[in-house]
Amino acid sequence: MTAVVILTVNGRAYTLDLDPRETLLDVLRERLDLTGTKKGCDQGACGACTVHIDGRRILSCLTLAARCEGKPVTTIEGVLVDGGLHPLQRAMIEHDGLQCGYCTPGQIMSGIALLDEGHANTPEEIREWMSGNLCRCGAYNGIVEAIEQARDEMVDAAD
Amino acid sequence: MQRIELVTPSGISEALELGRTPDAAYLAGGTNLVDFLRTGAMRAMTLIDIDGLPLRGTDFDGERLRIGALTRMSELASEPAVRDRYRFIAESLELSASAQLRNMASIGGNLLQRTRCPYFRERGFKCNKRTPGSGCAARDGENRRHAILGGSEACVATHASDLAVALVAADAEVHLHGRTGEWTCPLETLYIEPASTPEIETRIERGDLIVAVSVPRLPGGPRSVYLKLRERASYEFALVSVAASVELDRAAIKQARVALGGVATRPWRAHDTEQRLQGVALDDFDALREAAASAFLNARPLRDNGFKVELGTRAIVDAVRQAGGDA
Repeated sequence: MTAVVILTVNGRAYTLDLDPRETLLDVLRERLDLTGTKKGCDQGACGACTVHIDGRRILSCLTLAARCEGKPVTTIEGVLVDGGLHPLQRAMIEHDGLQCGYCTPGQIMSGIALLDEGHANTPEEIREWMSGNLCRCGAYNGIVEAIEQARDEMVDAAD
Repeated sequence: MQRIELVTPSGISEALELGRTPDAAYLAGGTNLVDFLRTGAMRAMTLIDIDGLPLRGTDFDGERLRIGALTRMSELASEPAVRDRYRFIAESLELSASAQLRNMASIGGNLLQRTRCPYFRERGFKCNKRTPGSGCAARDGENRRHAILGGSEACVATHASDLAVALVAADAEVHLHGRTGEWTCPLETLYIEPASTPEIETRIERGDLIVAVSVPRLPGGPRSVYLKLRERASYEFALVSVAASVELDRAAIKQARVALGGVATRPWRAHDTEQRLQGVALDDFDALREAAASAFLNARPLRDNGFKVELGTRAIVDAVRQAGGDA
């Protein structure tokens, strides 16, 4: 039995007729054509599908979309700042924080949340709090460096 | 995934009413249930979305910590009263899962999460927990990660929760609403060993709903630790874990509490070890080790997991010394 649900994604409202089994990940990719969010394991183990709900990072593959009404969703398509790349997006490019790039949107969504949570104080803390995002290419050193750079830039910008 | 119906009750009484429906399941954070419904390890026709019920938040009144069942793992871990007074609870949470999952998963759901035994997860294997009477593929299969305590011929799957181990050490109680009214149960006795019916994991009956968990003040102040040993540095279930709190009389242990994870079919309180630790000096390594080893006197290792006896013994010694502030 389907139900009409209004989802707010990156500030835009979408009215959708959803089966309760549809995950937020599948709805983003297959219905809203927001394919930046990636499907890796589809079982909550890899972090590639990380998005923000109410500003907190979650896994969209384990989230039933029909439960997301009234909860603003932000995806990688919604993180631009003043029309330009987010500081963490720029830093990921500068530090080669990726190779194949498949995990990158999830890494960035997780990293942005991490910066907001205040758990990016040391490389060790970054590694621990980013451990839910796997990178099979092993670009971890670049990812940690990128988060450190974005952290420092965002502090400077706030001063 | 099979067809499901998603229903949203307006309050606790309506949720309890819906909970009596056959093949219904309460849905909170969904991190465990959605995954297992998809693999077919669990079945439910009706999911009762309880997330909107007023069961979220934490309160400490000086004597007791009360945790609403829908409080998120990340919310509980960052609660100042928890960090200050129940350090092993905060540590057990932050050593669990990932930041994303901790933002989703509820405390009630965490306590009732199902085992991560790979034979339970995959329908192609025999599993008495998933399909009663079908047999156990783990007993003669890959069983490095399985239980050495509390197992049976029918099942040797470990309980997966870190939080439950810390809460059992802390003498936590679970508060439930059910068809016969409200009831309370010590968390330790909520869990049932598998014996011949591994599909029954707790004393909870159909339709019962966990509404809160409460924890008494820890005697001796906040000396506690959660030590978790695993094969990856992070984001991994425990091979062996120890929740320990220690009340000291000068440099000797007045009273210790020790619970184990990763080694048993349920969160495992090491009562014998606790008794033997009484009066032991924190620097008396031999006595600490003897007390720790007593936790495994009845251990029944399988082909691949005999190492857990020695690893567990050492982990208890380390955790007790850390909790006592001497390591």
